[in-house]
Amino acid sequence: MANFTPLSAAIGGALIGLSAALLMLSTGRIAGISGIVGGLIGWNVPDRNWRIAFIVGLILAPLSGSLVGYAVAEPQMPASWTVIVIAGLLVGFGTRLGGGCTSGHGVCGVARLSPRSLVATTVFMAVAIVVVAITRHVLGG
Amino acid sequence: MLMLAGLICGFVFGWGLLISGMMQPAKVLAFLDVFGAWDPSLLVVMIAALGVGSAGYAIARPRAPLFAARNMWPEKTTIDAPLILGATMFGVGWGLTGLCPGPAIENLATLSPRLVVFVAAMIACMALHSVWQRRVAAQQAMVTANVDG
Repeated sequence: MANFTPLSAAIGGALIGLSAALLMLSTGRIAGISGIVGGLIGWNVPDRNWRIAFIVGLILAPLSGSLVGYAVAEPQMPASWTVIVIAGLLVGFGTRLGGGCTSGHGVCGVARLSPRSLVATTVFMAVAIVVVAITRHVLGG
Repeated sequence: MLMLAGLICGFVFGWGLLISGMMQPAKVLAFLDVFGAWDPSLLVVMIAALGVGSAGYAIARPRAPLFAARNMWPEKTTIDAPLILGATMFGVGWGLTGLCPGPAIENLATLSPRLVVFVAAMIACMALHSVWQRRVAAQQAMVTANVDG
């Protein structure tokens, strides 16, 4: 647990919860990123503007961070392009099919004790843990 | 006003991911790696987010939102095969990269080529899903129309 950062994790987590609460109090919407992005796809989609604004705000955060000395490191990604593409496809289709991701199910859904979200969160967490165990400790040895 | 609220909430959410370190896929993978050098930070992020989020929802539940007619709580309650299958697919992709949709989109700010490809694949499959959904809905409408006719 050498890399455990509980204080920054708690502050960051509280901000994520605050964002979810503010979005509901102001717009009545759920702060699920896959839903916000997925809802933009197609012609004549309702609610286009606030969704785009949310995504713009999300991307502006690290840009403003680098202005005030919060350096954003380039994300570490798998070496294989094939793995990256397959993972992207699975995340895209899976989050829409399952109706949510870490934010929509994991934070917003669990916060309102939705049984669907509790099940989905348990499943994707467990599956991801198994995948990491296999890639790092079985295959990666 | 809806747009301004969206912008502010996206910005606050983005700062949450930034401060917590969850923009970095390696930090997420370190949480998922329970059999390795486990980093419980993501668990703390979730607990803090759930604490503030559920308090906020408790305030929001009995009242109408400021800039909309009503709160749009999700209405689906059934635990069905698409939920399980979708969560499983997402879990595989998340475990392979450490990326879920929020940090993936936010990381577009870094213009990392590998990340841009990931997001492109993710959005392509979201689009594929919505085309497929529309086709299913159209077929169901036709079946219903035939029955009615």
